Amino acid sequence: MEKAKADNFSITERKDFILTKGRQKDQLRCGEDSIAGVVSQRACVYCGARVVLNPVTDAVHLVHGPVGCASYTWDIRGSLSSGSDLYRFSFSTDLKEHDVIFGGEKKLTLAIAELAQKYNPKLIFVYSTCIIGVIGDDLEAVCKAASKKYKVEVIPVQSSGFAGNKSAGYRAACDALLRLIEPKTIEPGFYKEKRKKSINYLGDFNLAGEVWIIKNYLKQIGIDVNVAFTGDSSYEALKKATGASLNIVQCAGSMIYLANKMDELYGIPYLNVSFLGIEDTAGSLRKIAKFFNDLEIMRKTEELIKNEKTKVSAVIQFYRERLTGKKAAIYVGGGFKAISLIKQFKEIGIDVVMIGTQTGRREEYETINDMVDDGTVILDDANPSELEKFMMEKGAHLLVGGVKERPLAYKLGMAFIDHNHDRKHPLSGFVGAVNFAEEVYSTVCSPVWNYVTGTGAAFPAPQRAKII
Amino acid sequence: MQKEATYCRNVNENPCNMCMPMGGILPFKGVEKSMVIIHGSQGCSTYMRRHIAEHFNEPIDVASSSLNEKGTIYGGESSLKKSFDNVIKVYNPGLIGVLTTCLAETIGEDIERITSEYIKERGLGDLPVVTVSTPGYGGTHTEGYFLALRRIIVRLARRTEKHSKINVIIPNLSPADIREIKRILRLMKVECTLCPDFSDTLDRPFARPYTKVPEGGTKLADIAGMPGAAATIQMGLTVEDSISPGRYLEAGFGVPLYDVPIPMGIENTDLFLNLLQQLTGNPLPECLEQERGRLLDCMIDSHKYNFQGRSVIFGEPENVYAITRTCMENGLFPVVVATGGKSNKLAELLKIELSEHHGEVHILNEADFSQIREKSREVAANIAIGHSDGRYLTEREGIPLVRHGFPIHDRVGGQRLLSVGYVGTTMFLDRVTNTLLENKYNNYRSLMYQEFYQNNGDANIYFKE
Ligand code: SF4
Ligand code: SF4
Repeated sequence: MEKAKADNFSITERKDFILTKGRQKDQLRCGEDSIAGVVSQRACVYCGARVVLNPVTDAVHLVHGPVGCASYTWDIRGSLSSGSDLYRFSFSTDLKEHDVIFGGEKKLTLAIAELAQKYNPKLIFVYSTCIIGVIGDDLEAVCKAASKKYKVEVIPVQSSGFAGNKSAGYRAACDALLRLIEPKTIEPGFYKEKRKKSINYLGDFNLAGEVWIIKNYLKQIGIDVNVAFTGDSSYEALKKATGASLNIVQCAGSMIYLANKMDELYGIPYLNVSFLGIEDTAGSLRKIAKFFNDLEIMRKTEELIKNEKTKVSAVIQFYRERLTGKKAAIYVGGGFKAISLIKQFKEIGIDVVMIGTQTGRREEYETINDMVDDGTVILDDANPSELEKFMMEKGAHLLVGGVKERPLAYKLGMAFIDHNHDRKHPLSGFVGAVNFAEEVYSTVCSPVWNYVTGTGAAFPAPQRAKII
Repeated sequence: MQKEATYCRNVNENPCNMCMPMGGILPFKGVEKSMVIIHGSQGCSTYMRRHIAEHFNEPIDVASSSLNEKGTIYGGESSLKKSFDNVIKVYNPGLIGVLTTCLAETIGEDIERITSEYIKERGLGDLPVVTVSTPGYGGTHTEGYFLALRRIIVRLARRTEKHSKINVIIPNLSPADIREIKRILRLMKVECTLCPDFSDTLDRPFARPYTKVPEGGTKLADIAGMPGAAATIQMGLTVEDSISPGRYLEAGFGVPLYDVPIPMGIENTDLFLNLLQQLTGNPLPECLEQERGRLLDCMIDSHKYNFQGRSVIFGEPENVYAITRTCMENGLFPVVVATGGKSNKLAELLKIELSEHHGEVHILNEADFSQIREKSREVAANIAIGHSDGRYLTEREGIPLVRHGFPIHDRVGGQRLLSVGYVGTTMFLDRVTNTLLENKYNNYRSLMYQEFYQNNGDANIYFKE
């Protein structure tokens, strides 16, 4: 990899976090704290923890802190539920000045009491926010006492926002989940016979029903999903997580820690999978089938893949013909998503010219580097001005990102794909691949761009006219 | 009959307000070439940016000093100073606002001292930096808004020669509303300093090339001259004196203050225009007369429909007051009026306003959406007016919501909603009336069928509606 030219950046400290893929080998810096004042797009530990735990449908999610943190995260995710919808409420202890001075433990106790009475939940997650650590509330003790008194499992989530970034929040969430799972430890071999062809599905939050789509596929090939972490999950289901004989991990950034722990504690092995894009979906299903080493499962898997592929291939081909040659920029939360997106774009003939993540891990960046073409810019923890600069320089036609990135793309006259937890349509599985292609087409080939003229256009009008 | 309630509770269930620094960002966005640094942990600023970006559909660049563990333990001085360096390098702003978060306040950061030290160290005497202490736990986003605005004026205002301009202090309105107020002022030939003015910066026309810091906003020089103005008109009846920008200009420089309601509804708009006539001596131009006439026409056209409305009104105090008044004028009597923060002034104003109200009405102070929902269900409200966070009223109670105010994150066009002046009020009323009508058309066939065909009029469904 060749380091991008230093004079590209007004902030020199950012230099090592940005690379242009080339011949020289060099490491991209990542996994560090954001630099002050650079307008990072990252969120906080609490955000990460909330992303992972929020889909637990019948839990009370109580945010211990001032009201803002809870206000900004109220029902902002598209996780669906087949049962309770308690998870869509935002509960806050709404700490005020007085509590900050005298401590918030009393208020927290009262809050738990009130919620336990009003909703009679089996499970309460208590999220710690930034100031909790500073004012010295003993979350652990309050939760323990309340658990006993109100006969409800109250689990503290150590998600003080400043101690790391979103990834630290994933870990805090996994720790909270581990406390739920029973039994706490098992004898080696205990589950050997008891476990059937049943798996846990880690790292899918059932956005727009994605867990359901995958569950259906697995059912068709003869495999049950024991519980998904955490899309459309419930207290009871999570407790029984040890009943599975295999964990499959989709969003590795958030769940690999839990998978490793479950392997260590309960001897449940795991496989990395991805159900984003046609090839990944097919590959992952085969991988699972192979694990069970069962001819019937393998046969059914091939049948399913064949059927589904025939269903979608003509549609995908339609979009591919119209999209080939376009250039994409990607800026998303984690490395898993970024990697899947490169593959998904390949399937519809699009090259990636810029790619970055908020919290990608070293291994993930290495994979990314191996996958993209020479000249592609790779960046960690980017900010709006870097995104703008490289998207324009590289002539990207579209950006994939979250809510904050969308207006930037639009202001630059560029197409945009929403790839966040807010989305209302599934991107998983074969049906998801079609949705994805359709979304790309709907934004890249919209007639509105024909009216956007002037200098610095992402794609000049005459060239566009030819392609369409 | 009025019933008032302030809730004492241990849990805020689905909050009806946001926190101080979020509100503090907005006025800075309405000041020429300004940038904001949020001193605290990264997450707060990201959440706030996300929220603001969703409403306005504009890139919202706000820096964070990204305090980490070390900064939290040993103080965030170096982080804040580095933030200044980086923001100046990338954005070259004409003014920098520094807002604190809960974390920075809890660890006792002295942003004023750090800032003046920084300016001295770097020899940046010309760069105005406005520090605002905005602990999230200290107040609502509305309070943050006015406090930040006041601090901007305090920092920039200079004792100047008296001049004939009028200061106009704008609350958290939509860019379209601000543009309408500017149009009215132009028609009235009023020379003024409108502050803040995010009508362009947070709703910019598509143009190339893209600039990181949008054009527009109140000019720094104009703010500096505010103390010399002939008067201040502040749309801030509910603003406490301690955070009132107009009050500061009055107390510090003797600029007479006229606190007026947001010019929404016929009476509020009349009041605003009468005041302008009184202050300038200019007559009301014919086109505004005509617009007034059209509004009257609109009110008459829809009065019977509106009479069937039982409204729930919620949001920021200033908005709540203006909407309540507009509803009262049109016979669309409110049954629940709520705000998320604690606003004594609003409560007082509502008491007077609602004294004409003959039915039952509940005023909820420091409310959250679980209380608003419960009350709305109890009193059989049939229309809600407020921001997007009231969407559960529709989803769970079947009460249609007319979106108004901030934030509107589940629909497009929050920045383009026009509701002030005669024209804006007309549009607002049509939105409300049509929502009532749509609900009526959707339901009346089945209601009548149930009531008179199936139940022989015993069930009284019709009268409950
Ligand atoms: S309430 Fe405080 S901690 Fe929470 S987002 Fe607002 S400023 Fe940050
Ligand atoms: S206070 Fe901390 S936990 Fe809350 S939003 Fe800010 S960074 Fe996140």
